[in-house]
Amino acid sequence: MTIYIDNKPYEVKPGKNLLEACLELGLNLPYFCWHPALGSVGACRQCAVKVFKDEDDKTGRLVMGCMEPVRDNLRLSIEDPGAKTFREQVIGWLMTNHPHDCAVCDEGGSCHLQDMTVMTGHTYRNYRFSKRTFENQDLGPFISHEMNRCIQCYRCVRFYKDHAGGKDLNVFAAHNHVYFGRCESGTLESEFSGNLAEVCPTGVFTDKTLHSHYTRKWDMTWAPSVCQGCSLGCNTSAGERYGSLRQITNRYNGEVNGYFLCDRGRYGYEFVNSDQRILQAAMRPHSNGTTNKDHILDLVAQKVKNGRTIGIGSPRASLESNYALKLLVGEDNFYLGMSDTDHDHTSIALKILRDGPVRTPSMQEAAQADAVFILGEDLTNTAPMLALAVRQAAQRKPEADALGQIHVAAWQDAAVREAVQDKHGPFYIFHTVPTKLDELAEDIRRGAPEQLARLGFAVAQMLGADIVPVTGLSQEDAALAEKIAAALMAAEHPLIVSGYGSGCDHMMKAAANIAWALQQKGRNPLLSITLPEVNSMGLEIIGGHRLDTALDVLRQGDADTVIVLENDLYRRADPHIIDEIFLHAQDVILIDHLYNRTAEKATVLLPAGTFAEADGTVVNNEGRAQRFYQVFVPKGDIQESWRWCLQIAEKAQIPALQGLRNLDDIDLALTNGMPSLAALQQLAPHAGFRINGQRIPREPHRYSGRTAILANENVSEPKPAEDVDTPLSFTMEGYRGEPPSPLIPFFWSPGWNSVQSVNKYQQEIGGHLHGGDPGIRLLEPHLNGGPHYFHEAPDTFVPIPGHVHIMPLYHIYGSEELSMYTSGIAQQAGEFCCLYLNPEDLAQWNITPGNWVTIDLDHHACRLVATPNHWMPRGLGAVSAGMPHSPVVDLPVCVKLQA
Amino acid sequence: MFSLLRSMWLVFLHTFHKRETYQYPEEKAPLPARWRGRIALTRDPDGGERCVGCYLCAAACPVDCISLQATEAPDGRRYPSFFRINFSRCIFCGFCEEACPTYAIQLLPDFEMAEYDRQNLVYEKEDLLINSEGKYPGYNYYRVAGMAIAGKDKGEAQHEEPPVDVRSLLP
Amino acid sequence: MEAHYWWVIGGVLFTLLNTAAGLIWLERRMLALWQDRYGPNRAGPFGILIVLADTLKLFFKEDWIPPFADKVVFVFAPAVVVASVLMAFAVVPFGPNIVVADMNIGLLFFLAMSSLGVYSIVLGGWASNNKYALLGAMRGASQMISYEVFMGLALMGTVVLSGTFNLGKIVEAQRGMWYIFPQLLGFLIFFIAGIAETHRLPFDIPEAESELVAGFHSEYSGMKFGMFFIGEYLGITLISSMIVTLYFGGWLGPAFLPGVIWFILKTFVFISVFILLRASMPRPRYDQLMEYGWKVLFPLSLLNLLGTAAIKLLIDK
Repeated sequence: MTIYIDNKPYEVKPGKNLLEACLELGLNLPYFCWHPALGSVGACRQCAVKVFKDEDDKTGRLVMGCMEPVRDNLRLSIEDPGAKTFREQVIGWLMTNHPHDCAVCDEGGSCHLQDMTVMTGHTYRNYRFSKRTFENQDLGPFISHEMNRCIQCYRCVRFYKDHAGGKDLNVFAAHNHVYFGRCESGTLESEFSGNLAEVCPTGVFTDKTLHSHYTRKWDMTWAPSVCQGCSLGCNTSAGERYGSLRQITNRYNGEVNGYFLCDRGRYGYEFVNSDQRILQAAMRPHSNGTTNKDHILDLVAQKVKNGRTIGIGSPRASLESNYALKLLVGEDNFYLGMSDTDHDHTSIALKILRDGPVRTPSMQEAAQADAVFILGEDLTNTAPMLALAVRQAAQRKPEADALGQIHVAAWQDAAVREAVQDKHGPFYIFHTVPTKLDELAEDIRRGAPEQLARLGFAVAQMLGADIVPVTGLSQEDAALAEKIAAALMAAEHPLIVSGYGSGCDHMMKAAANIAWALQQKGRNPLLSITLPEVNSMGLEIIGGHRLDTALDVLRQGDADTVIVLENDLYRRADPHIIDEIFLHAQDVILIDHLYNRTAEKATVLLPAGTFAEADGTVVNNEGRAQRFYQVFVPKGDIQESWRWCLQIAEKAQIPALQGLRNLDDIDLALTNGMPSLAALQQLAPHAGFRINGQRIPREPHRYSGRTAILANENVSEPKPAEDVDTPLSFTMEGYRGEPPSPLIPFFWSPGWNSVQSVNKYQQEIGGHLHGGDPGIRLLEPHLNGGPHYFHEAPDTFVPIPGHVHIMPLYHIYGSEELSMYTSGIAQQAGEFCCLYLNPEDLAQWNITPGNWVTIDLDHHACRLVATPNHWMPRGLGAVSAGMPHSPVVDLPVCVKLQA
Repeated sequence: MFSLLRSMWLVFLHTFHKRETYQYPEEKAPLPARWRGRIALTRDPDGGERCVGCYLCAAACPVDCISLQATEAPDGRRYPSFFRINFSRCIFCGFCEEACPTYAIQLLPDFEMAEYDRQNLVYEKEDLLINSEGKYPGYNYYRVAGMAIAGKDKGEAQHEEPPVDVRSLLP
Repeated sequence: MEAHYWWVIGGVLFTLLNTAAGLIWLERRMLALWQDRYGPNRAGPFGILIVLADTLKLFFKEDWIPPFADKVVFVFAPAVVVASVLMAFAVVPFGPNIVVADMNIGLLFFLAMSSLGVYSIVLGGWASNNKYALLGAMRGASQMISYEVFMGLALMGTVVLSGTFNLGKIVEAQRGMWYIFPQLLGFLIFFIAGIAETHRLPFDIPEAESELVAGFHSEYSGMKFGMFFIGEYLGITLISSMIVTLYFGGWLGPAFLPGVIWFILKTFVFISVFILLRASMPRPRYDQLMEYGWKVLFPLSLLNLLGTAAIKLLIDK
């Protein structure tokens, strides 16, 4: 389709609006209220262009670019003086009440309002009268509020309420008093509130954690990174200044996270700056008082050489680190550093995704599904961004219906929402406790996980899966199963979601059965499985022994030294088991970044780089390998865990690791050693990659203070660090054009200083990045194999007298280890040490609610606060999983209650 | 050829001209008020630090010799927790002064800052902060900007109306 | 005779080297004077001790030989210029009987020695292994070789008039009339060629700091640079004293002052003229310099020689 912009013909795709078309062509047209993920509402009047009837029409008419669809042979003008004056005046009006405080505004330097004001040419204030002002609110630990800066574009409420389903941010008052905030001060409840800082085109909502160590966008050293908060692997950009990590921003990935991040991902970075960091190599007891790195490495190498060393990997360490450790200690001595339950779940997930015939979708594909069935997951807490995607998927069907009736474009956001009202698509949730997505669901089923999994098997059976029939269903249940089966069959792309969230692997099996059965019926189902940690999938692919066998080996004396990689073992198994490991091991060598409980007991500490100080690759729940890059050169002895392994191997003369020095070396060894990972070679450009002979700079071109930052230590500036692992440079020198998509440290384009510049990096608005989105999928469905159904549904859950079966409850704030070092996240974390029980159980066992109860865990007593929760079926209990110092770690578990 | 001889003659005549040299240091040259010399951080009329740590001076600096860290005081005022100028790199171009939105950073008519040790040319905030309003007496950024600080609430800056009552529908 | 001989050599060397050093001060004071400044006025009376300070500074500078330079030649080059100029002074009659070597081919010896000076520039520029130094050296070589040609030819006028190459005898021959009068043209040509030969401003094209950093001595520092520096001042002194000897009656002058004083006074006048030139002249372009030499001065010097010879023949007849 051809349109003429300022009399030049351009080819554009049909179905877009004029604003999208112009931006896609690389033209600069200012806008505020339009957002690529939120659609158009035409509220700000900023994207005005002139549209002409035909070639001879010289007058034309002003239209809002975001509200007008492209038509073939449409003639429009951006540069028309009328349109330009209009846009300049509009911004003049928007600025009448602007409070003249850019200098103290955290948005300054990455502010869309600044960019657009400059773009329209509105340079001087014409308004001479007094300004309207507002009182601010305290919105909690993540978001600052400064209402005076508001330009009433409505993006915040459109994102917060319409897109993310938040309830507590709204628009108040009328006429020119319109106010965006909560009805009273208080912490924003949505898990996606941090996105307000990026969605807001001005400084009304800004990042409060950034404010505590404020740095302008241009002053940070950036690197492309991957969120370490959960298994989804959202892409982030991490910014550093003066040796501390200052901010995490969204890094657009058209397949994974799109434009948004959850608050755990955005704010869970403070552990990098924690005073609990291990900075120097250390040894206990100080053999000769030395902390000399070489001396310690020599001793460790000596231990490794003896061959009585085992290694424990980690699902939060990179592929490279895990593999380097595996080769260092030998394949037979490598143990998976995840709890045995996590290992069981992850291995089933891997089996389902690798051997099954159904494709697992990326998050953006999942958002396009038109029916959703969630089995035993509270997505908002286990995989928050997937919950956001599912929230969109729940709207697909009513949206499609509405579009069929009212005949407007899908991006006409207000019109479409008006037509949809509060209708939802086919959406079913089976979970023991209420979840935030329940409000969208057509049907919800509660009960013990086994019970729900049985019902899931029943659905699969009704879809024709070849499994042992599920018997003893109530009439109500059978009807529900039938309804769900019918709805899934009717859908084009039904999405089945399950995972580790309820601690019951039958849920995953049921989900797989359903998806496979749908596929056999000729549907196109999508199967998403959540996993516990950022690199659970990667570690499972690398493979190793179960953690409990490590204890056996130590007990029998076959090994006396343990190398623990980026792992707090006390989070992997119940404390008494780990204590026993330390009892039997002569030496425990810990390569980690924080001084945790394992570090307290380790005999050798080697400081590892966090995601911000290391390069590495992680594999998300979709099987997508993604590279994260070192942001800055850390203090002290801190270096990548794989580098520690390589240095130990060098001294211990391990043949498999000889001569390996940098990231490319270890990646080559990894792909050679594991053919299933061969695709990693194409993941990102190698360290020798140059554009015009130049590296990609991590620092923006206006990075300041180079000659002053370290001048207090020594007035002669040191030579900047050189990066041997990647094509990125630690300086502001290098190639200033657009880097390849895996290497984009931050989004910036001339005239577009804010994150909105991402438009310039996309093939089409809201689509893939130029050259394809970063990351490589390692798992593709096994199309020819046919399904190998899980035949046996679990038995019905029957309470055991005197016992309680404890299931895990995950929380977005609190269940993840590292993000808890952020004070704002710790503040909002779930309840510690609470045992949720059915009130009737409490009554039966004579436990006063709120009192401590003692449970018998493997003959070790531990105490929890009994808390009534009427969602718990009789005989089932729940505790918050992953909380620091939680006495019950390996969940689910069946324990005896002691009175 | 003639012009060459003429210029030689004219130059030769300078033998009898008065000399223009100031015999510094005995005799000081008069420096205009806007001379671009030593950089200082000034204070507003209330005696508070003018610098709000906006980083614009650092960004404007062509030799990148300014570095600072912004922070916020309990009363809501922002200030630099450290502010460092490496005068061994400074070229006294005055861009920082031009960029400063609060008139905090100012170049003073003083150039006598030579040191035997280069390290002594690194000035920290306590070396830079002076007890004066400098060239712009009377200017107080927080009276102009809409940000609330202790002693100046919302709506109390210049040209500001009292805060809106969002619970009212009256025009 | 033997003792007198050593006194002369010692005296000449002492005076010359001190003069060259003093010229550092003199030039700065004169330039300052003509630019309405003071120049060096802090160290010692009238700032004369700047000479000492400057020399000390040069001695204490790092004696740096670039790693990419041809080391032997690099060290050798600056010595050549000082040596060749000092050798040329051997034939200059400072006063009656005050001459180091009273050769009968004195003038030719002077020409030969000043030609040798070009080696220091070429070798220095070449050994530096630096593009600017090499460019400067190339310019220096062509400039000095070109101007040498008619420098010699211009001097032939005085030889024709006096009938001898012995400088002492040339001075004696001027008792009646200084050769500046019959040889005005020859003097002008020699003067211009002399500036070019010492590559002084305005003909400092081998250095041309605004184009070539510092030309042939870009890479030199410390005392090796000092040698080039001293060589240049010695060159000025040499050319000035040759002008005095050949055209202004050498040591001749009214008897109330000894001859050697007259010689020194006259020489300083010309040194001052050199400095005045530096204070007032712009630098010509390289091609302009060469064109001026070959197309104007060269024919003029031939004409001068021809005319002088013809007139001499006529008068002798």
